[in-house]
Amino acid sequence: MSKIRKPKLAVWKFASCDGCQLSLLDCEDELLTVAGILDIANFAEATRAVLKGPYDLSLVEGSITTPHDAERIHQIRRMSKHLVAIGACANAGGIQALRNFRDVNDFINIVYASPEYISTLAKSTPISDHVHVDFELRGCPIDKKQLLEVVQAYLQGRKPRTPAHSVCVECKLRGTVCVMVAKGMPCLGPVTYAGCGGLCPSYHRGCFGCFGPKETVNTASLAGWFASHGVKRIDRVDAFRGFSAWSDAFRKESEAQERDEGADHA
Amino acid sequence: MKNKTIKVEYLARVEGEGGLYVRTKGGRVSDVRLNIFEPPRFFEAFLRGRYMHEVTDITARICGICPVAYQMSAAHALEDALGIKVTGPLRDLRRLLYCGEWIESHVLHAFFLHAPDFLGYQDAIQLSKDHPKIVDSALRMKKAGNEIVRVVGGREIHPINVRIGGFYRLPRRAELSALRESLLAVREEARAAVLFSGTLPFPELEIDYQFVALRHESEYPFCEGRLVSNRGLDIAIRDYNEHFVETHVEHSNALHSEMRGGGAYFVGPLARYHLNHELLPAACREAAAAAGLGPTCRNPFRSITVRCLETMYAIEEAIRIIENYEAPDAPFVEAGPCAGIGHGCTEAPRGILYHRYAIDEDGRVREAKIVPPTSQNQKTIEEDLRAFVESHSHLNDEQLTWQCEQTVRNYDPCISCATHFLKLHREEG
Repeated sequence: MSKIRKPKLAVWKFASCDGCQLSLLDCEDELLTVAGILDIANFAEATRAVLKGPYDLSLVEGSITTPHDAERIHQIRRMSKHLVAIGACANAGGIQALRNFRDVNDFINIVYASPEYISTLAKSTPISDHVHVDFELRGCPIDKKQLLEVVQAYLQGRKPRTPAHSVCVECKLRGTVCVMVAKGMPCLGPVTYAGCGGLCPSYHRGCFGCFGPKETVNTASLAGWFASHGVKRIDRVDAFRGFSAWSDAFRKESEAQERDEGADHA
Repeated sequence: MKNKTIKVEYLARVEGEGGLYVRTKGGRVSDVRLNIFEPPRFFEAFLRGRYMHEVTDITARICGICPVAYQMSAAHALEDALGIKVTGPLRDLRRLLYCGEWIESHVLHAFFLHAPDFLGYQDAIQLSKDHPKIVDSALRMKKAGNEIVRVVGGREIHPINVRIGGFYRLPRRAELSALRESLLAVREEARAAVLFSGTLPFPELEIDYQFVALRHESEYPFCEGRLVSNRGLDIAIRDYNEHFVETHVEHSNALHSEMRGGGAYFVGPLARYHLNHELLPAACREAAAAAGLGPTCRNPFRSITVRCLETMYAIEEAIRIIENYEAPDAPFVEAGPCAGIGHGCTEAPRGILYHRYAIDEDGRVREAKIVPPTSQNQKTIEEDLRAFVESHSHLNDEQLTWQCEQTVRNYDPCISCATHFLKLHREEG
């Protein structure tokens, strides 16, 4: 009997919370179907079985923070036909990239009694700093529907379709009253990729940027609005220093706010 | 017998990156290590200087499997620092949210990470081909747990609705009614899961553990109570540091915890069950007895039954909370920033999770300390490996390696949490 080879899916982990790969296991209604179409060839969190590469689709979670991982990502790239970086850690260095703004040795000394046992790089960096990435799926965590779209797109040999607009558009679509306009709350919605469905404003709080900076954003204008609504400089800096702190747009803006000493009257 | 080294470079079906190494000499274990190479992420360091209201959102990112536990321990610790207490329906909603996390995390572990070991499968997908009903039922229970987290917390992973003092927005009556329906639909399945888990072939191992868990006067513990043990410990959460100490060992990026003067201890389902089983509702106690579980369980492989039992409990408790819920006047208790030190300890699915924060008068974090359950269990896991290998030298290499992995998986170790965890190597030597 002839048998068509199923595409091989691999899931890899670097420095992260496991939440993005868990999104796949959280697809309760679709998981067994996905497992029927693809061979889950390497996914340590889900299975002991390991099929040899090469892999048709590699999903990579987490950021690069150790010398060993900086080597490992190159091996994974060589074994992968398509490599998709999933989540804010893989795409921007994650919350652990807050070390990049400080001296990592100070951090090691705060957490560990015997710092000589710890092997770590000075900076937490995204996958694309090390190898070619075919697609970046955003989010902290990623949205499981978008993840299924990515898997489906690669099965069909097309590019994944994810929204290019900001959270603001999602609020309008959802009919959520703008928390900036109506309540004067600071919100990263205008500069953050859609994907969450405009979640936080629908819970009466400002967006804090889980899906990272969208393309062509005017963070300076938004920071100016924050300042004019009484947001202190330290909070303006921290607003851009969240899960995508080391993304180009948010890093530059947080550094600009840090330099902007004279502007804070609060 | 010959000397052996058992090695597993990269443990599968655990959360995070770790391996295991056991070396035997003349039938005795000469070295045992749970290697944790998950890279450190330094949460306690970068929390310094952040505003108090960011802490629940940031610490959630320590773990994608149990973010609610981090949010609950952080919120309680900060509320302790600010001198406020969350009571009444807001407290009940927090319990409801925690029930959701216990259900999704326990079912994930019991059926997707742990059960395949007992039945000889590499994973739940293979298990589903021979036992589709078991896996389908597990998926439905897991989904119901995730539904709770989504409704009360906003989304399943890294919920956005938890804040100091309560919630940003209260769930709507219609949302809770729909939740109740989805829980009623899996209520019987949870009981069946307890009974099924009791039929699994359990390797023999009995260990006289030092169990540590929260105990509350009237309810199975989630967020409140005193820290107690089966050897006389009975302390307030704020005295945690006086009784427990973390040490740094070379083979692990997770700090090891010990009881001062008391050595290794055990946190998680077996400990909670031993110290609180009389507080479970009669239906749960009956299911436990039917599954062959006495008031104490010292076989770590049987933890799967206790996880299923706690899943059943969480479903019953969630239904009870929803049926008795009356919306409070406000979604949260107001608290302005003030200088203070606060402690919080809650029962994460894997055991007690302790947080301590010092904040300044502007509400900025001066110091943070976080002790996850897995780092508290590391030493006990190593002791289990030692006991298991010494009492099971008759097994062949493949069986011994597999069951050593299983010995580690008994703990549902969360390495991502602990780093701030694991590796089995077996060499002929």
